Amino acid sequence: MDYSISLRLIAPEILLSVSGLVLLLVAAWGGQKTGRLVSILSAAALFGAGLMLFPTLHLGVVGPDTFAFGDQFRADAFAAFAKALIYLAGIGCLMVAPTYFDRLKAMKPEYPVLLLFAVLGMSIMVSASDFLTLYIGLELNSLAAYVLAAFLRNDTRSAESGLKYFVLGALASGILLYGMSLLYGFTGTTSFEGVRVALSGEMSTGMLFGLIFVLAGLAFKISAVPFHMWTPDVYEGAPTPVTTFFATAPKVAAIALTARVALDAFGTQVDAWRQVVIFAALASILVGALGAIGQQNLKRLLAYSSINNVGFILIGLAAGTVGGVGAMLVYLAIYVAMSLGSFVALLMLRDENGDALATFADISGLSAKRPALAWCLLALMFSLAGIPPLLGFFGKFVVFQAGVEADMVALAAFGIAASVIGAFYYIKFVKVMFFDDASERSVADSTTAHWVLLVVTTAIVSPLGYLVTPSLGDLTDKAASALFLLP
Amino acid sequence: MQTSILLIVFLPLLAAIVGGLGNRALGNTVVKSLTTGALFVSCALSWPIFLGFLGWFGLSAETQVVPVMTWVQSGTLTFDWALRVDTLTAVMLVVITTVSALVHLYSWGYMEEDPDQPRFFAYLSLFTFAMLMLVTADNLVQMFFGWEGVGLASYLLIGFWFRKPSANKAAIKAFVVNRVGDLGFMLGIFGTYLVFQTTSIPEILAAAPGMSGSTIGFLGYRLQTMDILCILLFIGAMGKSAQLGLHTWLPDAMEGPTPVSALIHAATMVTAGVFMVCRLSPMFETAPVALGVVTFIGAATCFFAATIGTTQWDIKRVIAYSTCSQLGYMFFAAGVGAYGAAMFHLFTHAFFKALLFLGAGSVIHAMHHEQDMRYYGNLRKHIPLTFWAMMAGTLAITGVGVLYVFGFAGFYSKDAILEAAYARGTGLGNFAFWAGAFAALLTSFYSWRLMFLTFWGRPRWIESEHIQHSVHKTPEEAGEDTTGGYHPHESPASMLVPLGVLTLGAIFAGFLFTGDFIDSEAFWGGSIYYNENLIHALHGVPYWVKLTATFVMLTGFAIAWFAYIRDTSIPGKFVEQFRLVHAFVYNKWYFDELYHAVFVKPAFWLGRQFWLRGDKGLIDRFGPDGAAWAVAQGSAVAKRVQSGYLTSYALIMLLGLVAAITWVLM
Repeated sequence: MDYSISLRLIAPEILLSVSGLVLLLVAAWGGQKTGRLVSILSAAALFGAGLMLFPTLHLGVVGPDTFAFGDQFRADAFAAFAKALIYLAGIGCLMVAPTYFDRLKAMKPEYPVLLLFAVLGMSIMVSASDFLTLYIGLELNSLAAYVLAAFLRNDTRSAESGLKYFVLGALASGILLYGMSLLYGFTGTTSFEGVRVALSGEMSTGMLFGLIFVLAGLAFKISAVPFHMWTPDVYEGAPTPVTTFFATAPKVAAIALTARVALDAFGTQVDAWRQVVIFAALASILVGALGAIGQQNLKRLLAYSSINNVGFILIGLAAGTVGGVGAMLVYLAIYVAMSLGSFVALLMLRDENGDALATFADISGLSAKRPALAWCLLALMFSLAGIPPLLGFFGKFVVFQAGVEADMVALAAFGIAASVIGAFYYIKFVKVMFFDDASERSVADSTTAHWVLLVVTTAIVSPLGYLVTPSLGDLTDKAASALFLLP
Repeated sequence: MQTSILLIVFLPLLAAIVGGLGNRALGNTVVKSLTTGALFVSCALSWPIFLGFLGWFGLSAETQVVPVMTWVQSGTLTFDWALRVDTLTAVMLVVITTVSALVHLYSWGYMEEDPDQPRFFAYLSLFTFAMLMLVTADNLVQMFFGWEGVGLASYLLIGFWFRKPSANKAAIKAFVVNRVGDLGFMLGIFGTYLVFQTTSIPEILAAAPGMSGSTIGFLGYRLQTMDILCILLFIGAMGKSAQLGLHTWLPDAMEGPTPVSALIHAATMVTAGVFMVCRLSPMFETAPVALGVVTFIGAATCFFAATIGTTQWDIKRVIAYSTCSQLGYMFFAAGVGAYGAAMFHLFTHAFFKALLFLGAGSVIHAMHHEQDMRYYGNLRKHIPLTFWAMMAGTLAITGVGVLYVFGFAGFYSKDAILEAAYARGTGLGNFAFWAGAFAALLTSFYSWRLMFLTFWGRPRWIESEHIQHSVHKTPEEAGEDTTGGYHPHESPASMLVPLGVLTLGAIFAGFLFTGDFIDSEAFWGGSIYYNENLIHALHGVPYWVKLTATFVMLTGFAIAWFAYIRDTSIPGKFVEQFRLVHAFVYNKWYFDELYHAVFVKPAFWLGRQFWLRGDKGLIDRFGPDGAAWAVAQGSAVAKRVQSGYLTSYALIMLLGLVAAITWVLM
């Protein structure tokens, strides 16, 4: 085993972990006032780590050359694609945080450091090719996330959301671990490759149990129904920058990980889990849409919206084909842009006192007060609803296409029908902003960082986004092929 | 000549497109000049063609077809856009372009204060284009295109003042009633194609005599092919030309601006039915039953509409019923085989009826939009030029003239029609003659009644609400002065010039053209079926027949004079005496009420059933509304489940896990 090669493969993770540790020392040394500096350095570290992914991503490197530490870790194009999204989302969440926390006098350097560690965990997750690597990455991410959720520890809602997340996360973790131990017990291995070989052929009940338990544990992370219950509460209670983070990076990591587990480790037993995934997809779309319709609180609404979107992504996974995974990754990329954009917009919706405009009543008639913000939100909402020519339509289109090509016409048809329900509340958003009487709440000015993020994400979801879809499709095809190379 | 034909037809279209789309961006004056100018050019190009067919001033013209482009090529069905110009078309071209150009000019004054003038002028030009397409059609489909085009323009112009509910209603009524006729026309076209395997008019006419006597299965009966086809086509003509049964839309169409009434609902569009019958006259000649129907419907309409005209108070409605009645003359002329006479009457009628309408418009303009003749009186002293124009129109429509010397326009054409009906010698011909003669009496009566009420007698203006608004007085305040101090003003030159030109037409159109239209087979050049024997018989009718029209005209004038000048109490006493008869006629023979009960109400009932039971009760309830209800319920459930309690969240997770395992184990 050539350690130098392995170390080279995990260079981004090494960079992130070293940066995290150093910045922790800086924070300890410099105290509270270093918050901004640490944020900038963290973002730089993420950017640097992202640059390292470039060759892998561009060349679409897959296969044994990417296996590190005896195939416990894979730095292939699939992982690189997911990491690129995660790092970008991480940088975005670092950019939006200072303005928010400054107002509460809570801009502590721990926030960027914790975020950096969470990203490191995700980075390991998406590269995992062994259940133990998977678990380490997942827990590193989760533990950082629990603390982030409760970051405003004097705020009861934030504390409550942290606690809820932790308790339910522990339960999910337990389910996952139980599944892993069952699999190990029946197959005698923890490596994905080994499990894959062991599962081919007749499957024992114990293996089946293990498989379902593992998937259930992962379903919690991607907040697929019925493991989604924490999502609305945690999203609403957590500080908005943290919610922004939760809605973007961990989703990418968990979905990429689930895809790798399902298609690599359980790839020989697609029929065993496909129906479960289909159910989760349908239930997520439906519950996400139905839940969102009743909401007045915008953050909660977006939480349900993320559940809804996960359902569409799972359609790509259920297809179980290269096309399906490619579609899933395309959707994920677009979803990250839409999600980031809409949460940034929520962050910008504050009155002069810094209080959030949290409900529909608060933002009614926004177009008269802040036309630019309202128009950006309009583009984002229409994109989330999947209305052409915005890019959200393309995401939905490719997953449905993948579903149809995999002979799951009924699933795709249901997805299309259910997206109509979803369109209701996205359009309601627009209707309230543009056609209702203006509310009395004023809207404060926003910082440049917010505007930059909002404009960039809006530009991505706008029809301009179709300029990059060919190269995006190229990248996702390369990435998706990584999962099916092994026999 | 080819270029000028293309220009004649397409200039109005170009003007309509530019004016309509340019609308306010171009401004009133530009659009008005553009459309009016286009029409005057069209008109100037049309007259040489017409005179060429007449062979006057050394001009000459011959029948020709100008191909424009291929339209449809599908299997055996092929037809092109092509403009056919022969004598018949040339007559229509001058009528259409002349009246249309004059009406455009007239509208400069009449529509002066309207806020939507560009739209109005664009519609007028659009109408003119459609009408020209209709008369130049070389095949039935192109004729149908023009047919529907004029229907559309008529709809748009009747409802031009769309903020007025009555105008909207009238527009819809015109459209719907015409739809009934159009169905007949369409069936006729389909049937013709079925029988002749072509839509080309010359080919159909050439093949028609060969089809005489063949039978066809229709609605389960064996019927004469040509009769059934011609009757179907005639139903189309009835709708467009407001013949008995499908006439109800025409009086209501008076809701449109008066220039529209003059152009569309007097001179041109309503005569399209007559034109169509004449165009297809060789085909109709092979269908004796259909010709009988045409004669009967024409004669009946002629009589029926004239009776109603005698009782109406609205000046435009009187003229509208008069139009309906005159169209009846044209149809029964065609029905008895005197197509030349029918076209001649169409030609003269266009001038004097447009004149009467525009004159009425001038009166209305002078009387502050009051249309009720009861509130006119003594206007000849105040608007003398309008009075003399109307006088010429009245002399023309009533057919004033001295045999072998000179007569106004209507004298020649109406006499020719009555003589032809008599000369035909059949039972239906005689019926038509007597109905026409009686209608001529009524025509004279209501025309002079209109003149006397409007231009003679005491001013009764103050009774009019419009005048009251204008002078800010009630009749009580005005006291003895029944003018209310209102001063009617003569119309501007833009309105008087068209009146003058049309006056010339009303005076001389009959005298100048009678020889060619009635007696010259060469003039028609085969464009209509020319019945030589009938024309001979027409000239040989007894003297009393030739004098009948003059006699009834004088009688009608005498009655009107007695009742509205000599002793104005006579009409009241008459109504008192014949209350039922008067009510029956005054209420237009209760046609509207009958149709309302028989067609409109059941249609509404049916519609309401479909709406309430079918749409709302079935489709909406189980479709959109049901889905929305289900979503709302689902949302409520989702909200309830999201209780905020950790324990229930954990429970749901575990239940989900158990369910998943159970599912895969099964």
